[in-house]
Amino acid sequence: MPANRFNGFTDYGVGIGLRIPHYQHILTRKPVVDWFEIISENYMIDGGRPLEVLDKILDQYNVVQHGVSMYFGSASDPDPEHLRRLKRLVKRTNTPWLSDHLCWGSVDGRYTHDLLPMPYTWEAVKVTAERIRRVQDFLEIPVVVENVSSYAEFHVSEMAEWEFLNEVAERADCGILLDVNNIYVSSQNHSFDPFTYVNAVLAERVAQIHIAGHSKFEKYILDTHDHPVLDPVWRLYARAIERVGPTATLLEWDDKIPSFEEVHAEAMKAEKYLAAARTKTGAAATKVSELAGVAR
Amino acid sequence: MSELLEIQRRVAAAILHPLTRTETMPRRRQDGSSNVREADALIKPNDRLSSFERLEIYNRQYWFRLYSSFEEDFPGLKAIVGNAKFETLMRGYLTDCPSTSFTLRNLGSRLVKWLEEYPEHVEPRRALAMDMARLEWAHIEAFDSGEEEVLDADDLAAINDNSLLRLQPYLRVLELRYPVDDLLIELRNESGSSDASSNNASSARKRKHVRRVAAVEPEEIFLAVHRHENSVYYKRLHREDFLLLKGLLEGLSIGAAINAAFAGSSLPDDQRGAFLHEAFASWAALGWFTRQNSN
Repeated sequence: MPANRFNGFTDYGVGIGLRIPHYQHILTRKPVVDWFEIISENYMIDGGRPLEVLDKILDQYNVVQHGVSMYFGSASDPDPEHLRRLKRLVKRTNTPWLSDHLCWGSVDGRYTHDLLPMPYTWEAVKVTAERIRRVQDFLEIPVVVENVSSYAEFHVSEMAEWEFLNEVAERADCGILLDVNNIYVSSQNHSFDPFTYVNAVLAERVAQIHIAGHSKFEKYILDTHDHPVLDPVWRLYARAIERVGPTATLLEWDDKIPSFEEVHAEAMKAEKYLAAARTKTGAAATKVSELAGVAR
Repeated sequence: MSELLEIQRRVAAAILHPLTRTETMPRRRQDGSSNVREADALIKPNDRLSSFERLEIYNRQYWFRLYSSFEEDFPGLKAIVGNAKFETLMRGYLTDCPSTSFTLRNLGSRLVKWLEEYPEHVEPRRALAMDMARLEWAHIEAFDSGEEEVLDADDLAAINDNSLLRLQPYLRVLELRYPVDDLLIELRNESGSSDASSNNASSARKRKHVRRVAAVEPEEIFLAVHRHENSVYYKRLHREDFLLLKGLLEGLSIGAAINAAFAGSSLPDDQRGAFLHEAFASWAALGWFTRQNSN
């Protein structure tokens, strides 16, 4: 939703991921960008150039933290050192919300550095929701969970992915980062209708949306973030915006990264969908005011 | 044990298992168990991929991600041992020392110790390769370790022989048998300078690397790997400088570190005062002395 308690009541527009090849352009040209999303882990360090660059970006732009290694769905406890470092960064950035993935990736102290799909079971709902609550309590800011793209499904799953996402979000009382590219990738890999997913998600909990490009292989689709956003993903995005309203949107481009201008221009294609939704929201608000006036 | 934990352990065992030489998931694991059976038990097949093939996507992604990170961190070591040996070394190290940190930055933290246990991976140029591995890890640490508040002139004026001087967390000192600092700078410049990405350019670069590595002669050097204005630098040191800094880093008092620095030194007694003055002035100017925990 446009501004809600899950995104700190902000109303951010279209952002892009902050990536090293663009540092110089951003620092010297100071382009107009609604907001940047940073990968938290890149800045959970003690010193050096990454933090110097981050501080300069923070001086001029809205920044939101996005993590890749909290592994909310891991059965083992979070690493306390990880949490301490994350909280220190949260204090530095003043991020209005913090996102990470609805997945697992480590077990018994070993890290896969991947976003592994969950078995969609009731036990996993409980474990994951508890962990999100603990992290949210510790960090003292809204936590938002992102659906991942996946290439495998478990026999033991007891529900659809979107049902799992909704259950976890409700029990943890957290927000949702809806990645429409991930929905599309998974829908092709697991043969479901991506619109069923988008239509089922708890719209009032959506705090942010991700868009990205992917790569098609002979037997599956891989979430590569190395292309412009493809048409089917834009269609899914349009439907998502129609349901949730003009919500903070971010383009992820992580490999074969082109110039800043190209990435930003691709992201700004989202603006026409957001503008349409804003018009619709504005019209609805006007109508409500008029009705309220009549009632008085 | 919870079902979730059991599933995650079983999937992780498959994903973290080394790939075959042709970079595929082995049908049978090193312990004799079947990856095919395990995949069938855990993962649903679809109309295009078997359970095994779906699990294999994650197994390959894991290793490719680790290879890529490790190669990026140790280009100098790769140039010394050569591509084929480096691949074997990398597989062996990453199998024995999988990531235990949320960040891939720490992936190489156990490499030097592991190579000391398995020196066959760096023969016949063991000493050169070990020096390079030490330097490349020190570079990673110098790049993003913390920076403490610097001692000012008044603080420095107040120190005496019994004072403990704390050094910047990013500072590393190394005793090396080869001038790997020069070699690494050359290799990095070379890799970064090519404006072509064709196979011809890449082969020519590889031949140059081989020639440069072959030409490196032994030379005892002492090196400080440090950071200045957020760039990492290599600073050559005298033997006495190295021993003095090493003593301070180990927590010796200034007096004890100075004694350690001059033990066995050929520097005449009457030049030692000037030597120390110059060393301390230079290190203070670089901001190496920090306030925290100093007396």
